[in-house]
Amino acid sequence: MAETFIIIPGRTSRQGTTLNEGKYTSGYREETGTLQMNPQDMQRLGLQDGDRVRVWNDHGSVVVPCKAARGDELPEGILFISYGDVSSRLMGGDTHGSGMPDSKGFDVFLEPVGQSTDAKDAVAGP
Amino acid sequence: MATPAVPSGDSSAGTPTETAERPDVKVVSNATCTFCGCVCDDMELTVEGNRIVKARNACVLGKAWFFNHHIEDRPEATIEGRPASYEEAIERAAEILCNAVYPVTYGLSDTTCEAQRVALAITDWIGGTVDTTTSVCHGPSGIAFQEVGEVTCSLGEIKNRADFLVFWGGNPAESHPRHFTRYSLMPKGEFVPNGRKDRTAVLIDVRKTKSAKAVDIFLQVKPRSDFELAWAMRALVRGIEPDPSVERKTGVSLEVLRDVVERMKQARFGVILFGMGLTMTRGKHLNSEAVLALARDLNRHTRWTAKPMRGHGNVTGADNVVSWTTGYPFGVNLGRGYPRFNPGEFTTADLLARGEADAALIIASDPMSNFSQPAREHLKRIPVIVLDPKETETSRIATVAFTTATYGINTGGTVYRMDDVPIPLRPAFDSPYRSDYEILKAIEWRVREKQLAASAG
Repeated sequence: MAETFIIIPGRTSRQGTTLNEGKYTSGYREETGTLQMNPQDMQRLGLQDGDRVRVWNDHGSVVVPCKAARGDELPEGILFISYGDVSSRLMGGDTHGSGMPDSKGFDVFLEPVGQSTDAKDAVAGP
Repeated sequence: MATPAVPSGDSSAGTPTETAERPDVKVVSNATCTFCGCVCDDMELTVEGNRIVKARNACVLGKAWFFNHHIEDRPEATIEGRPASYEEAIERAAEILCNAVYPVTYGLSDTTCEAQRVALAITDWIGGTVDTTTSVCHGPSGIAFQEVGEVTCSLGEIKNRADFLVFWGGNPAESHPRHFTRYSLMPKGEFVPNGRKDRTAVLIDVRKTKSAKAVDIFLQVKPRSDFELAWAMRALVRGIEPDPSVERKTGVSLEVLRDVVERMKQARFGVILFGMGLTMTRGKHLNSEAVLALARDLNRHTRWTAKPMRGHGNVTGADNVVSWTTGYPFGVNLGRGYPRFNPGEFTTADLLARGEADAALIIASDPMSNFSQPAREHLKRIPVIVLDPKETETSRIATVAFTTATYGINTGGTVYRMDDVPIPLRPAFDSPYRSDYEILKAIEWRVREKQLAASAG
């Protein structure tokens, strides 16, 4: 059963350091391809660190591993992912006349996926 | 073909010096880090051959920047993925630009002001559109400046005067690690002699990030309600009681908000430092406008300013160069022989997503990794010229790709710090690759030769 969340792509320290090491390094791909969730949301959905989830909206769909956010960093209902290729696949092309697409705080659906999922979606993560 | 000299930075204070013990090692003092908008210019770099092995004063991001920009073994240029000579690549690039009807020049935030000027000149010669990564960064704040103005200050003023700091929609602890220690939160200044003890700091954000630990007051705002929060604060500053519904909307109690606003009114010098939590979220320029207007309103009581936290090393330079050249900061079309500014029409995210641009000149940027899917699809369909020191998704799809020297590490020039202060670069070691400036100058030269030949013929 899919649930609606609000996703916030953003910068992290590790995203910045691994970016310099190279966009094709495993570190960068792991950092920008892992979804952070509120621990209570993960528990409710029966998810553990490393489990894969499908995240999608009208613009795109990705399958990524998830992990619990540090402490109380993320409120329930909010997702975070390091800004990069994966997060941008969920971004629409319309900028509402501003030049800036909705790049933070937009709605997505999320559902857990099994290990055997044949993901036609963009698959990210390590 | 012309191969103009690269402009050198002011090297008077940063002349590399060899050490007595290790004559093969040189030290570059007062070097400048160009990774983020802080543009810290107090680096001491130890260089062995073509590697930086030590970067004193650099933060974790700066160290990653300096230690990973060594010389890579890649072709100087490629055409359609195959290695090509520099001259062939310049010729093909000029041909693409001269044949295009609606070309766009994009990127520019990770190169020098000198290179930015040449990119603008090329765009002007071919009647194209010039846009920078500002449009998907603080472009909305640029729009907001035009609407409500900007009460501004330098980072030096913040360091020496600010006794109240509001960080809004950003996480400087991770995105600008030295901002706290060098410019805003921690340093001792002329009118804040005790540094951190003399300052009150507030963080307003949806996430309780690492930055929350550094501040005195954390206001956790609900997603997509920054505008409402800023508007409620404006009301309180003016002595108007906001509608109680603002508590439900923003998740911040009016009691807490009243207390924070009262403290802000009591400050001697306050500054709001706002990030892309405002500009990238629904509302965009209206969010920035609300915060800028709040800073303006606070000046009825005391001195307040507001500054955007800029990301890339010379994105502020891009704004300055495009503004002083065309009168507008980004998203400028030169197709009619005079500048026209229209975000949404002449911004790259739109030009590509709508399938309008028929060629692209991309300098030091990777839109194939961070633009929307329709924009990426279109970029794959049109001829693209890319200048980048690293291999990227965009250089991989480029018709013509140049490997470039890294600005600040291999080349001199000028960049602007996030507070619009120009800073000279002091390069650490030479690169076998040419600078953006040199390549763009050669493209410009060849474009003009072709245009003049066509008009004469």
